[in-house]
Amino acid sequence: MASRDSMDQNLGGDVILSHTSQLDKLINLARTNSLHYMLFGLACCGIELMQTGGPRADVDRFGAIPRASPRQSDFMIVAGTLTYKMAERCKLLYQQMSEPKYVISMGSCANCGGLFQLAYSVCKGVDKMIPVDVYVPGCPPRPEALTEGFLRLQDLVMRERWKDKRRRRPDAA
Amino acid sequence: MTPTEIHEKLKARFGEAVGPLSEPKIDPFAVVKGEAVVEVARFLRDEPGLELDFCEDLTAVDWPKRGVIEVVYHLFSYRHRHGVVLKVEADRAAPKVPSVEGVWKAANWMEREVYDLFGVEFPGHPDLRRVLLPDDWEGHPLRKDYVEAGGWHGIGNVRESPLVELRRLDEVAMAAAAKNRPPPPPPPAPAAPAPAAPAAPKA
Amino acid sequence: MEKLILRRVGSGGDEMLLNFGPQHPSTHGVINFLVETDGEVMKKAVPDVGYLHRSIEKIGEGTGYPGFMPYTDRIDYVAAMFANEGYALAVEKLLKLEAPPRAQYLRAASGELCRIASHLVSVGTMATDIGATTPLVHALRERERINDLIEELCGARLTYNYHRIGGVAFDAPTGWREKVLAYLDHFDGGDTPARSFITEFDRLITYNEIYMKRLGSVAVIPREKAIGYGLVGPNLRGSGVDWDVRRDVPYGAYRDFKYDVPVGKGMAGTVGDAFDRYYVRILEMRESARIVRQALEKLPEGEYMAKVPRRIKPEAGEALARVESARGEMAYYVVSDGTDKAYRVRARTGSFLAMGIIEDLSPGMMIADLVALVASLDVVAPEIDR
Repeated sequence: MASRDSMDQNLGGDVILSHTSQLDKLINLARTNSLHYMLFGLACCGIELMQTGGPRADVDRFGAIPRASPRQSDFMIVAGTLTYKMAERCKLLYQQMSEPKYVISMGSCANCGGLFQLAYSVCKGVDKMIPVDVYVPGCPPRPEALTEGFLRLQDLVMRERWKDKRRRRPDAA
Repeated sequence: MTPTEIHEKLKARFGEAVGPLSEPKIDPFAVVKGEAVVEVARFLRDEPGLELDFCEDLTAVDWPKRGVIEVVYHLFSYRHRHGVVLKVEADRAAPKVPSVEGVWKAANWMEREVYDLFGVEFPGHPDLRRVLLPDDWEGHPLRKDYVEAGGWHGIGNVRESPLVELRRLDEVAMAAAAKNRPPPPPPPAPAAPAPAAPAAPKA
Repeated sequence: MEKLILRRVGSGGDEMLLNFGPQHPSTHGVINFLVETDGEVMKKAVPDVGYLHRSIEKIGEGTGYPGFMPYTDRIDYVAAMFANEGYALAVEKLLKLEAPPRAQYLRAASGELCRIASHLVSVGTMATDIGATTPLVHALRERERINDLIEELCGARLTYNYHRIGGVAFDAPTGWREKVLAYLDHFDGGDTPARSFITEFDRLITYNEIYMKRLGSVAVIPREKAIGYGLVGPNLRGSGVDWDVRRDVPYGAYRDFKYDVPVGKGMAGTVGDAFDRYYVRILEMRESARIVRQALEKLPEGEYMAKVPRRIKPEAGEALARVESARGEMAYYVVSDGTDKAYRVRARTGSFLAMGIIEDLSPGMMIADLVALVASLDVVAPEIDR
């Protein structure tokens, strides 16, 4: 969280609540129902991520389909512990995604380091590297929790104005 | 064969290079001199009747008080279903233990791991470099006196309380709102004296 | 560490260095391979691991003995029961106590259920990696049902934290036994094996001709090499070594059960190829179902937790305990210095050494076969990196 200030202005940040026009609604309706996520299973949460895409939780029904390449994905689910060695790769992957892009941080490790506060090699939270839109708590979160996080992300996308492709941050002023 | 019998065989063959078997607390072990460890390993693997073909574990334990790093070998035989634990004590200041990679291939990665986390060098190892940590990592974290460097490549290792950040964002938003807002109107007076208020400056 | 994603090496200019991973759908977690390749044929593939090194062994020196148990879950999250069990056994060996019989049977039953769940992920992802997408969905469907059963037992789907030093955390809830037996009838059919899930899975994928040809005689690991490189578990048995810790160095309740240990026979080509390692896992799932049945049928009454002092303080010494995890032998080496914190905790895992063999096997292999090799070794990133 602290590094938001030092981040590139173009990387995005929080979405502000704004009035959207009918055309925006139409565009956003299309976008919310075809959000493709990047397969980025880092650790334990990766298995739950797999099961979320699996037959029971089935996030495919919301239009979320796994993509293997960052170039084809709309949002990234950081599922698991981010270590220092992986942190730079994570940023690189995020930069390779095309705008508009979103990040769901899944699980305690991605949120804040979780169980591994005392570890010498773990990055304490993925938001030190990239801006995060939705945090899903749990160690690991159940598929239902991740689905809820995804629905929150859909809400977020729904409120966006397509004209403002670069999302403003509340503390940009 | 019990560990004691294996130890007797070793003692008979190598004499002084093999120390006494530790009193059997739970898993007994024997301390081997560093120079002899490759010979001992090859003997244990090839000698009929012993054939410890499986290097089950190779790790290290740091003992700063005694000034040594123990490299621990857990060996096992699939054919005879017996095992033995050997230890090599290396000087903590410049730990060096000959590599047994030529005897058991499995030692290759485990020695790399010990080098990575304890800083023990294994002369004779074909590819001794860090395996788990990044190449430019400083220090060997499983040593007892390891001090965390405080992050890596500019990524801090401290996570502040989210409340601090939320409050900061809140204050920024409030300050921005205060700047944009027109100067605060005079405090709303009760309805009845309101018409009288503009009259006051006139008077 | 090579910073370039792709570059040409060698004088001819036809060879490339390719970074395969760490974010790649078929690397089973975050593993990187530096592949030197000439077209599709590899000259060498060097694994670069450590992207998930979470310093669990160092943390184990700071937590007390019971406090380390949740971390063991994270060493092998696909089969967390065994990681729990190995650590519990090692500390019990230090304390010179044994879990009561009921706890041992519950450990065996939950562990074997967990083995089925783990192998389901393994065979499912393996099929996906080499191009068949549907089997993973079938496997995940079954895994969900096993997760439900385990959740009923210990309250967690993935990281169980079920074992305690000296027993298990909870007794089996009422009706659990019947539910598990009913599930097993669905899984391996019981009296009518023709209508079971595993037979269906075999018909769908195992005996599929494309599948057998794709995996037969690919990535062959001969017997001597498998032993020398320290492969364990299904990978070792796939190479024809008849060895199972449960049977040969028995621990817990495994002395009382009857089961077979499947060994690779070279059904689709050579002994020790990728198909053998796959098929051993399929057969092991059937054996695990047998063990769960026996464990539940013989489940003794009584305590499920031994009398353990509140402050666990083993006397100075060291112990190594091994269990047969889903990925093969998992050994915990715990050194105690007489205080209530472990002096050193070490987890010896199968995946770490399985990575060591890849550099040796890779010359001359196709890139697509590297995927089959990694999938058939069933490596899991946290077990490599810890």
